[in-house]
Amino acid sequence: MENLSAKELRDKIAAGRISSVEATEEIFKNIDERETAIGAYINTYRDRALEKAAEVDKRIAAGKPVGELAGVPVAIKDNMCTVFGPTTCASKILENFHAPYNATFVEKLLSADAVIVGKTNMDEFAMGSSTENSGLKQTVNPWDRSRVPGGSSGGSAAAVAGGLCFAALGSDTGGSIRQPASFCGVVGLKPTYGRVSRFGLVAYGSSLDQIGPITHTVADSALMMNVIAGHDPADSTSVDEVVAPVCDYLEKVDEPIDKLKIAIVPEFSAGADQQVQKALTDAVDIYRGLGAEVIEINMPHLDYAIAAYYVIATAEASSNLARYDGVHYGHRSENAADYIEVYSKSRAEAFGKEVKRRIMLGTYTLSSGYYDAYYLKALKVRNLIRGDFTNAFEKCEAILMPVSPTTAFKIGEKINDPLKMYLSDIYTIAANLAGVPGISIPCGFDENDLPIGLQILSPAFTEDKLLRIARMYEKENDWHTRKPTVTN
Amino acid sequence: MSNEVQYKVVVGLEIHVQLCTRSKMFCGCAVKFGQPPNSRVCPVCLGMPGVLPVMNKQAFEYAVLVALALNCEIADFTKWDRKSYYYPDLPKNYQISQYDLPLSTNGFIEIPLEQGRTKRVGIIRAHLEEDAGKNLHPAGNFSQVDLNRTGTPLLEIVTEPDMNSGAEVRALAVELQRMVRYLSVSEADMQKGQMRFEPNINLVITKDGAEYKTPIAEIKNLNSFRALERSIDYEIQRQLDEFLETGKTMDTAGKSTRGWDDDREATFLQREKEEAPDYRYFPEPDLVPVELTKEWLDDIRAHLCELPITKQMRYVNEYKLSDYDAGVLTAERSTAEFFEQAIDAGGEPKRVCNLLTQVGLKLANEKGCGLAELGLAPENVAELAKMIAVGQVSATAGNTIMQEMLKTGKSPQLMAEELDLVQKSDACELETIVDQVLTENTKAVDDVKSGGKKSKKALGFLLGQVMQKTKGRANPKVVSGILAKKLG
Ligand SMILES: [Zn+2]
Repeated sequence: MENLSAKELRDKIAAGRISSVEATEEIFKNIDERETAIGAYINTYRDRALEKAAEVDKRIAAGKPVGELAGVPVAIKDNMCTVFGPTTCASKILENFHAPYNATFVEKLLSADAVIVGKTNMDEFAMGSSTENSGLKQTVNPWDRSRVPGGSSGGSAAAVAGGLCFAALGSDTGGSIRQPASFCGVVGLKPTYGRVSRFGLVAYGSSLDQIGPITHTVADSALMMNVIAGHDPADSTSVDEVVAPVCDYLEKVDEPIDKLKIAIVPEFSAGADQQVQKALTDAVDIYRGLGAEVIEINMPHLDYAIAAYYVIATAEASSNLARYDGVHYGHRSENAADYIEVYSKSRAEAFGKEVKRRIMLGTYTLSSGYYDAYYLKALKVRNLIRGDFTNAFEKCEAILMPVSPTTAFKIGEKINDPLKMYLSDIYTIAANLAGVPGISIPCGFDENDLPIGLQILSPAFTEDKLLRIARMYEKENDWHTRKPTVTN
Repeated sequence: MSNEVQYKVVVGLEIHVQLCTRSKMFCGCAVKFGQPPNSRVCPVCLGMPGVLPVMNKQAFEYAVLVALALNCEIADFTKWDRKSYYYPDLPKNYQISQYDLPLSTNGFIEIPLEQGRTKRVGIIRAHLEEDAGKNLHPAGNFSQVDLNRTGTPLLEIVTEPDMNSGAEVRALAVELQRMVRYLSVSEADMQKGQMRFEPNINLVITKDGAEYKTPIAEIKNLNSFRALERSIDYEIQRQLDEFLETGKTMDTAGKSTRGWDDDREATFLQREKEEAPDYRYFPEPDLVPVELTKEWLDDIRAHLCELPITKQMRYVNEYKLSDYDAGVLTAERSTAEFFEQAIDAGGEPKRVCNLLTQVGLKLANEKGCGLAELGLAPENVAELAKMIAVGQVSATAGNTIMQEMLKTGKSPQLMAEELDLVQKSDACELETIVDQVLTENTKAVDDVKSGGKKSKKALGFLLGQVMQKTKGRANPKVVSGILAKKLG
């Protein structure tokens, strides 16, 4: 059963060939066997999940209608608000925080009859590229337990790769879906900014955050998009469907794009490891073999993406995280002498090092006298990067590049060198700044048997096409079917 | 050179007006005053993790309407900004406000001064923001926070420092209250904090031919018009005394914040030499900018009404009412509308005015309701005014009829008959009575005829006799005419 994709499982459950309870029990058996080793989840909800599974089975048996993800065990990242269990953001400051509402996309998952297995580990408040910044636990890479799963959605990627759920949701502010997906050898899609409601996603960088699926296959991502995409009146930045209609992403996912025109950015991609570059070249050749035209383009401003990102994201974060002050909810210091100390001590005690670093960075760049030199300049760079994409997409339908300059690195390798860590996001950040969708799909393994990811970027609101382009490649390979072996 | 000290008072106002929309600025909670603490809150206005604001369109329209009434330039593109500061009554620790692109700028308000004079005070800007909650400090080593008010739409209006006395500031405050109530966008009750004024005041002193500016003081927590006016009068004297004593000027001392003690009727120092706080404004990424189309603006403009000051001046010019009466009739929109309906129904303005101010409003005040809520029909008031004008009833009888009409709701004609207050104007009928009186009072007749001192008094006596015989219902004009003819 573990080798089934989410879509295959869904079809089998709907056809009555497997029960959702069976599938959910199988997942919890895997969790029992492997979770101690992987550490993907902050909390799991066995009873709740089995109850939902049984309820779905009952409806199927009675011939009643069920949702698009009926009975499929899925995981969500722990920065997604649910009325059940805590929503911790992997932070001590929210360790015991219970949200009084469900996020819009959680509601959508529930009404699609998905079975939510648990909430996954992450870098604290999604700040990081390795999940090592979790304030609550460590997650390892199922392919090599001495290595990181990537981040910040490391728990979600590890859970999918390790067979601890059939599909998961992550959030991507600078690569936090795509990079862990690539490190863990699974598919990760960051949709266009505004395609999926952010209501109920605990904000890190509001103008960059986007929710998306992490799955075994491209079709599974399409299936998840069918459930979560669409306008939400509770999110003013979610796009009007009259302007950008949603579609059935699954319907045509197997149809190749005729006369596909793709672009590569050789100068930019040259910064990646040899083996990553080789995998990219091989992937490009496969597209060529499928009849695609490949052109080389230059995107001159991508070199400034990291700098701009760390100004904009931290500025927004410094403001978004101001609310965690010990006054209304979350950790409150027991050593505060007055209300100012309630703020300073609660925050000092409960925020992790990287979160503090980014809050300080953001506070600094928004301060009077520095705003123009940093924040305003970063916004200008962001516009130039948007322009690079606009120009590029006049010449092609998709851009191919690496997801990450390396495969999964060792635990502890970069954690004390923030700049080195930040550089691991070099290929993913631009899509967030420009708001365009990007997908990471498995495209090979390096000499250490670690998965390599291929990143494909397409114009805003063309996820349907992006998925079809990714599927064209997936059909030619079996990378996505390989599974790591994990036992506790 | 004179060593006399002369000074000029300079006052500018920062005004906050709560808008009486159905729901709060960025969430669906009802805007209601006097509810149990924390009963009008939701995850959004509580600033819970993951929530997003959605702009209340009605609040925006109300704000634009006031800005139009303030003769402001209305921006066709306006955006939201976050203003950061830590305070327990501000759950997000930032306030959504407007910084560099407010919805309106550069307007003015005409305020009425004594004897029908008006003064124009400049408006620098008017923008929308969300109100904070309230910190409560009961006895004991703790504070409490009530967040019912959090997120209430708040219109901030900043005036030019154009006012030169406490009376002028009060006039502006009263005028603004009258204006927003006319526009039905705020209840504007100062006691309830629905309208809050923070004056900035200093003096320009001329002494020994040189000019000095005293340090600016900002006065807070003023909760009545009286407090507003008195605090400025107090501050004028205090600043003058302080200057004469210490010689402190704007250049040697910073701006201070002072509170108002209602019992002592004095301002007191709250904070001195305040550094300008760094609010780290930046564009609110969770909201989209508002683009105000011409059609939308026209729709809003259609809700403008004739403003109270315009009405007041028109009543003086067009209806020849006194400035005082015009002020009374225009104090509330419903009163003015009632008055105008009575005019439209043919009532003579001055007489309608007298009936309303001498009887109607008096009763309304006693009952604590509006004129329109007395159950009085404007047509009946018009009818009564006409009856007085043609001499069918006397002005005194008119007031009596008005009072009875208010009790019974009957028409003035019917009331006049029921109360037997119809004036006798029939010359033939009255002539008979006059003849009778003349016969019975030969002494007085002689006195009149003799001319001289006694003549006038005797004539008055005869008139009085006629009125007595007719129980006051004789039309004095007609009687006078007959007497003149007979005794002439
Ligand atoms: Zn609310």
